[in-house]
Amino acid sequence: MNEPTVTLKVTRYRPERDSAPSAQAYTIPYRQDWVVLDALNYIKDMIDGTLTYRWSCRMGVCGSCGMMVNGVPKLTCAAFLRDYYPAEITVAPLANFPVVRDLVIDITDFMQKLRSVKPWIIRETEKPVSEGEYLQTPEELEAYKQFSMCINCMLCYAACPVYGLEPTFLGPAAVALGYRYNLDSRDQGREVRQPILASHEGIWECTFVSECTVVCPKDVDPAAAIQRTKVNTTLDWFKSVLLPWGAR
Amino acid sequence: MSTVTSDKSKLYYPKMPATWWLTRRAYFLFMLRELSSVFIAIFLVVFLIEIYQLSRGPAAYAAFVQRLASPGWIIFHVVALLFALYHSFTWFSLTSKVQVVRVGRRQVPPPLVTAANLAVWIVLSIVILLVFLFAQRPA
Amino acid sequence: MTTHKTSEPFWWGLFSAGGVVAAFLVPIHLLLHGIAIPLGWLPADVTGYEHMRVLFGHPLIKIYLFVLIALPLYHWAHRFRFTLYDLGLKGLRTPIAILCYGGAVVGTLATVWILWLV
Repeated sequence: MNEPTVTLKVTRYRPERDSAPSAQAYTIPYRQDWVVLDALNYIKDMIDGTLTYRWSCRMGVCGSCGMMVNGVPKLTCAAFLRDYYPAEITVAPLANFPVVRDLVIDITDFMQKLRSVKPWIIRETEKPVSEGEYLQTPEELEAYKQFSMCINCMLCYAACPVYGLEPTFLGPAAVALGYRYNLDSRDQGREVRQPILASHEGIWECTFVSECTVVCPKDVDPAAAIQRTKVNTTLDWFKSVLLPWGAR
Repeated sequence: MSTVTSDKSKLYYPKMPATWWLTRRAYFLFMLRELSSVFIAIFLVVFLIEIYQLSRGPAAYAAFVQRLASPGWIIFHVVALLFALYHSFTWFSLTSKVQVVRVGRRQVPPPLVTAANLAVWIVLSIVILLVFLFAQRPA
Repeated sequence: MTTHKTSEPFWWGLFSAGGVVAAFLVPIHLLLHGIAIPLGWLPADVTGYEHMRVLFGHPLIKIYLFVLIALPLYHWAHRFRFTLYDLGLKGLRTPIAILCYGGAVVGTLATVWILWLV
């Protein structure tokens, strides 16, 4: 066969027979327009149907296909083979998460943390439908829009060494989404979220490594969200200590 | 929606090695940035001791400055200066992302904020140098 | 505004202030006191005992020196505490906190005392 080929070293973990993950090499045809996800689908369709992994939209909006490609957290639908070819490409499950099977990780921890920041509009008083819509100016939308782009892909958790060392850390995406709702002009829930965001396991674990922002495929900049929350929380703290009689 | 029970007993938990910060360039640079605070702190303690020697009189002060001129201490201070500069540059860059600066309704682009910080730093350094050289100078 | 049980905002506030002072002021002082003066790059009447004693004896200069030396110690304390966590020592978090913040407080007191002596 004269067709150009590329080799992928893919992590396999079959809990019914393996005590630890190991790498398995697959050599597949190289196509200039393929992404790593295409390569995985080729392997599963043509070579080894037992390979297990998550994927869905294949266009970078669902957040399902996050994996470690050559040690870097990436959406496999956005990692082009031509950026690695002709070198070998290693594909491993997303770092810092427990592995269920092969490339599938257990995302329970993230889902629970996401829920804990209450990522929805919280109102002190609900506006009845009869009173019409909430009005929001373009400037008010701009204030939080960047942080609303999160697709919950968890690449930021895989990139964060603090989360790797301390699994109780709330993590970049959860803080960024809590911050997104705090910034939303329709929301009145900042005080409800503060006990979670401003806890020891919340923003204060972060040491501003900033890798979360580097790997984010949607330019959310969770690092900025965390640091801005630190600033706001600290200013509030000093105000409440130095001016305890001050009105909100 | 049907509930799916998954067997959690066979999950594989990866362990992060203590040398994680050597595995990627970004992590290593982060550690260097954090380490800069140690060199800055050591310099300030040495400086504080120098001021203490100043309070003890001309002989004590001169002897201390003489010790600082030794190759070991000069090398330390050169290394510390490099770390301090690394702290300054990373600090100005990071704070520009944290503190959103607005002029009217427009946001100042972060690189411009960083540049403004650098400019202030240069001006302050010159002012400090001038004060040191010319304030209270014997006639 | 509710205050939350953790004292982290206080230490982070000091860390930030110390970081600003370190970023803007430390490099030039490092160059001056660590390199230029010991190597004799500056005129002797500036770096000599008489001038230094008068300069550092000035109350405003003393206040400036206090800020220059004390605040970055809190920057070091907070950063070093988390660096030790990042190196896997989270289990020793209480002794580490005492060592770091205690060290900064001791340094602050020493700074006040020494500047008083000058």
